[in-house]
Amino acid sequence: MFATQVYGDNGKMKEYHYTGPVEHRFSPYSFNGGTVLAVAGEDFAIVASDTRLSEGYSIHSRDSPKCYKLTDTTVIGCSGFHGDCLTLTKIIDARLKMYKHSNNKCMTSGAIAAMLSTILYGRRFFPYYVYNIIGGLDEEGKGAVYSFDPVGSYQRDTYKAGGSASAMLQPLLDNQIGFKNMEGVQHLPLSQEKAVQLVKDVFISAAERDVYTGDALRICIVTKDGIKEETVPLRKD
Amino acid sequence: MALASVLQSESVDFSNYGRQRHGFASGLYEAELGLESVGGDRLSFALSTSCSNEDGPDRKIEFLHGTTTLAFKFQHGVIVAVDSRATAGSYIASQTVKKVIEINPYLLGTMAGGAADCSFWERLLARQCRVYELRNKERISVAAASKLLANMVYQYKGMGLSMGTMVCGWDKTGPGLYYVDSEGNRVCGDLFAVGSGSMYAYGIVDSGLKQKDLTVEEACDLGRRAIYQATYRDAYSGGQVNLYHVHSEGWTRVSQSDVLMLHQQYQAEKA
Repeated sequence: MFATQVYGDNGKMKEYHYTGPVEHRFSPYSFNGGTVLAVAGEDFAIVASDTRLSEGYSIHSRDSPKCYKLTDTTVIGCSGFHGDCLTLTKIIDARLKMYKHSNNKCMTSGAIAAMLSTILYGRRFFPYYVYNIIGGLDEEGKGAVYSFDPVGSYQRDTYKAGGSASAMLQPLLDNQIGFKNMEGVQHLPLSQEKAVQLVKDVFISAAERDVYTGDALRICIVTKDGIKEETVPLRKD
Repeated sequence: MALASVLQSESVDFSNYGRQRHGFASGLYEAELGLESVGGDRLSFALSTSCSNEDGPDRKIEFLHGTTTLAFKFQHGVIVAVDSRATAGSYIASQTVKKVIEINPYLLGTMAGGAADCSFWERLLARQCRVYELRNKERISVAAASKLLANMVYQYKGMGLSMGTMVCGWDKTGPGLYYVDSEGNRVCGDLFAVGSGSMYAYGIVDSGLKQKDLTVEEACDLGRRAIYQATYRDAYSGGQVNLYHVHSEGWTRVSQSDVLMLHQQYQAEKA
């Protein structure tokens, strides 16, 4: 299983050697990597992300977590283009404050999700290159996960992986949490300890096979008692 | 423009946005789409236009909308059946998407094309329908609702919106079914199937609708079977079949069936 490379006319690899004149264009985006994951339980929610910030073949930072705390009951994970992640979280924080001042209460997870959808769609023709996943508790105290695409389409899930290693993590979650494609298996509800252990295992696997994922794992556990953070080391290569 | 008025707090001047950015944006699209094919496309019930950068900025590959949605009128109202798969390129992003939007208790909208485009504009349509009700003290007709939607997206024609939707409902003239898309089409009809799996669905519904007087049960079975067959043959459709029935009292959610279960059920019936 060798990676397929694109070859130019002179037989050399296009992205690595000089293969002839190429028109360069300024791109306002760049891909900074990173993987985010969120799981909703009966009375808790977990949002986890790796902490590697990369660009091309380089690593900019090994300590750049992608989970941001929004309220006491909501955490957002953003991966993709770091510049847009920073701006987006600033905008969300500002809108949360405005809501708090005009309505005298904190925004609920569902409301934040709906608001984020319209913020993202507002830039429909020059999108925020960010893959968002919101994890938190809903009004009844149950865990809620909302996953987004870059232009604002969203839905509520039980679990979701986003970012560079999402295609590797999602099938494993489908099997272990969703019990998909398994027959004759008892559907046990997910406990908090089991969920945290699963998240750690799943990221260890992702770091093995995805170059943009690694260095450390930041886990935010949201319960009615607040938000607890845990950091676990991952492969640094 | 409608988009600007909803998003006033963003204080973005949308009237210039498309025009000013257009030269930049079209270049941007090619470069961005190149990135998207690596990092995962924006979520779509479609394969949005992607291009291979190596062949120069003008090469665009058009794909069909990856989904199957269908709706047909019959004696007792309208049946609406949809699949629930959302793809980002060739990655299945979700198998549990709600492609039927409940605009109000007697109007439904289906989604095909760009997920964000469909859900945003139909949510805006719900708001406009509510405003109409408050102003005129009566429910909006299906024809008027579909016209509102068609006019809203027509302002953005050519700017890259991707939306193929069916507006289904019951008003004082009886059952209503309109197909509206982002190209500006708005057609009234008795049967529509939209998406990459539409041809397979048409085959089933056309043969089943020959008998003129279907009962509600038979019509639901027909709709379910049509979507199931489409998911069987179309790689970009799958997940669950969501079935709705629109009648004089409004709409009812009939069933949500996993395609795997339906497969086993139909296999058993064959034997």
